[in-house]
Parts: sequence; C-alpha cells; structure tokens
Amino acid sequence: MAPKIGVLALQGAVAEHIHSLQSAGAEAVPVKRPEELEALDGLVIPGGESTTIGKLMRKYGFIEAIRQFHAQGKPLFGTCAGLIVLAKEIEGGEEAHLGLMDMTVVRNAFGRQRESFETELDIKGIDEPIRAVFIRAPLIGRVGPGVDVLSVYKDEIVAAREGSLLAASFHPELTDDYRLHAYFADMVREAAAAKTQA
Amino acid sequence: MLETGTSRVKRGMAEMQKGGVIMDVMNAEQAKIAEAAGATAVMALERVPSDIRAAGGVARMADPTVLEEVMKVVSIPVMAKARIGHYVEARVLEALGADYIDESEVLTPADEVFHIDKREFTVPFVCGAKDLGEALRRIQEGASMMRTKGEPGTGNIVEAVRHMRLITGQIRKVQSLSKDELYAEAKNLGVPYELLLNVHETGKLPVVNFAAGGVATPSDAALMMHLGADGVFVGSGIFKSDNPERFARAIVEATTHYTDYKLIAEVSKNLGAPMKGIEISKLASHERMSDRGW
Repeated sequence: MAPKIGVLALQGAVAEHIHSLQSAGAEAVPVKRPEELEALDGLVIPGGESTTIGKLMRKYGFIEAIRQFHAQGKPLFGTCAGLIVLAKEIEGGEEAHLGLMDMTVVRNAFGRQRESFETELDIKGIDEPIRAVFIRAPLIGRVGPGVDVLSVYKDEIVAAREGSLLAASFHPELTDDYRLHAYFADMVREAAAAKTQA
Repeated sequence: MLETGTSRVKRGMAEMQKGGVIMDVMNAEQAKIAEAAGATAVMALERVPSDIRAAGGVARMADPTVLEEVMKVVSIPVMAKARIGHYVEARVLEALGADYIDESEVLTPADEVFHIDKREFTVPFVCGAKDLGEALRRIQEGASMMRTKGEPGTGNIVEAVRHMRLITGQIRKVQSLSKDELYAEAKNLGVPYELLLNVHETGKLPVVNFAAGGVATPSDAALMMHLGADGVFVGSGIFKSDNPERFARAIVEATTHYTDYKLIAEVSKNLGAPMKGIEISKLASHERMSDRGW
C-alpha cells in the first residue's frame, strides 16, 4: 500500500515535494492544520524561510503536534529550512523550533544567493550520485552519537538520519530525481508496517 | 563540479519564497519588524513607491548603505531594485550581495528599448508584467521570478487584479489552442515559440509568479492568492499603515490561510487605518508606473 505522507504547507516549496513524493509512489497531501496530521504516516517539512515557517508553526500549534507525531514513531523529512526546523540546536543562539534531531545547524552557511550552487552528491544508501541544489543552504555543524551521516560535501555534513528523522541541506524536490523521496517513502512504509505488527 | 547561477538555482530561490510575503523596507529597523512578522524576504529601498510618487523627479537605485544596513540585521533574503535597462545598477547590487534584483518600473526607466540581459548575471531577477507576452519576454531575457505590475504606491488592488486575471486568462487560452495555432499566437504575443509551447503544455508560467502593486490589506493579499499568485509583495502598504507590525503579521497570516475567512476576519480586527490610497482614474497617464516597460 502507498504510504500517506503530508507536506507542511505553511510556506515554501510545497507543490514540488508533493509532486516528488507522488512520483516516488507515495500518496501526498498538503497540511495546513495540526489536526490533519492524524491521518498521515509521515511528514515532509519543505524548504522555504525557516524564520517564517517556525513562526507560523508556533502560531498554529504545530510544534507540539509534530513532536507527538514523532513520538508515535512516524518519520519526518526536513529539507533546507525543514532541516533547520528539525534541529535541536541552531548556531548563533537562535531558538530551536521542533528541537528533535540531535544536531547543530549553521544557517546560510554557504553565503548569500550569489553563492548558491548545484553539484553531484554521493548519498549513503543511494547507488549513484544525485544532483543536489543548494540555495542559501544550511549545513550540519555537529551531530550527536545516534545520528548517521548520509552525505558530506567538502568536509561538511549535508544529509543525515537519526532513526525516523531524515534531513538534507539541499533541495531534492527541485530535480526530477525522486530517489531520496523514495528512500523516505520506504522509511514511512517500514514504520507503518512495524506499527501494524505491534 | 560546483555550478553557481544556474537557472535551477536562480528559479529555485523563488520557489522557496512561495506562499510568502516580501515586504518593502527603508532601514534596518523596518527590516527587523518585517522579519519578526514572518516576511520571507525584504526589499531594501530608500523610499517606498507612494513616497516616490509624492517626491516626483527621477527615482534611482537606493544608496548602497541602505542595502548593507538591512543585510546586516536580517537572516532572510534581501532584494533591491534597479532601473529598467540599467545593468550597471544591477551589477552594483550584485556586487553588494543582494539576493534578488527587481528590474522595476517603480524606478524611472534608464533604457526605453532594452531591458537588462538577466541571463548574464549570477544573481536572480524578478520583473513585473501586465500580460502574458510581457511575462514571457522577461523570462526569455532571464527573469527567474515574475510579479504583476499592479499600480505601485496607490494602495489600490484593482490593477494587480487586472494583470493577474489577464495573465491567467491568456494562459488558459494558450492551453486551449492546437499546436499549429501556437506559432501565430507566439507572433501575436511577441514571444518565442518554445516558451509558449511550455505554457501550453504545463498551464503555467515556467517561473514563480507573485502579486505586486497595490496590496494594502490582509484581504487584498488573500484575494491575489485566490487569483493564482504564488505569494505577494507588499510595498507601501505596511509601513504607511498606522500599525506596521500588526499589519505585517496580519498580511502574512492571510497569505498562508487565504481560504480561511474566519482567520482573515480575526487578523483584520482593529488594525488601524491602512495606507490612504489613490483612485486609479485620478492618475495622469505619465503617473502610471505600470506603463513603464513593455
């Protein structure tokens, strides 16, 4: 059965994630209200502006709702701004948003927009390199012992996984390569299957 | 191989702004208010459009210190305006580190024939359009984001509505044409056939399209989202209102939840007076900024 995955639709690249998830064989819907999480097996927090998304999450009660969603073992996938939202710590003393994933992120780590770039990137668990688009991207400065580093670019961590949490600095939703979304859909499928058995 | 300034990187940056509100600011203090209210980017200016109207004379790129001051205090992207065709102003803004350049009719055009060759730049550009032909011409020149022209600095939404409806209506028409009819339509619109074919196949512009030029209230922002805008620019609307902070927050929320009328009602309460606004028919033809560019 196709896993049902939501895309947090407060601001950012929502339609692109929905398209990529559907292309990867998942059912995908936008999520604007916390109560819509109940029907879902997994959630993507998209790229956008993390300050805007964080503010709107607080305003509409998403922080607690997503923490509970996570406590039920349901997977979360954050890209770019979504990665910042997942992190336990943001460098520079800015208040963490969800504070779930044991890592410290550095915002706008590669510079301003003129320094934004795309490149080939190797990712652990995916056979061939993928085309990764970095836009005013954050990087992962520190990871805790339970975090598995999935990708490194020029000595900096740009993708990682901690149990049911997946995070990437770049934008897999901006290309026609759906393998990272398929990877996440597999995580969601496995988590849902484990739950049914239990 | 690392590649900067690719079309995916430039258009992708605009994708990340979707569902957001980009606010005009004139100094660091206003920029902080905009960021705190949830703006996805700010446009650093010396004067907002309504002040440009009032002042008259030639409107140019802002003093670089305004841009620098704003970039220092916010973590969100900072945009800046260059005059139509003034590619040196654009190069200066790029050198300063602006994240997006608006080749804008709000400023006095520097060239009456040629727009900036935007493909040559690493920094992405946003441009205004009144209709589909204009939008596709700007995209052909390398614009990575579009917006309606509306009528800036008027606080009157009517022109932005006209432009958005016209563009979406023209897109629907292009979709309904047969492929062999597209050649003549490309000639009618004055646009390259390949771009028109892309619109025919996808039913949308190949780049993000925001609303701009006259958004003054939360309901105005929500209306533009209904009409198909990917997000909104608010120029004079915020810092010419009685309570900029509350106004800014209310417009952000109304843009996110544009179909939730109860929420829009709630955020619209006791906002104080919006900017005064101008009836479009009271503008002389030389005062209409939307007629600049082609």
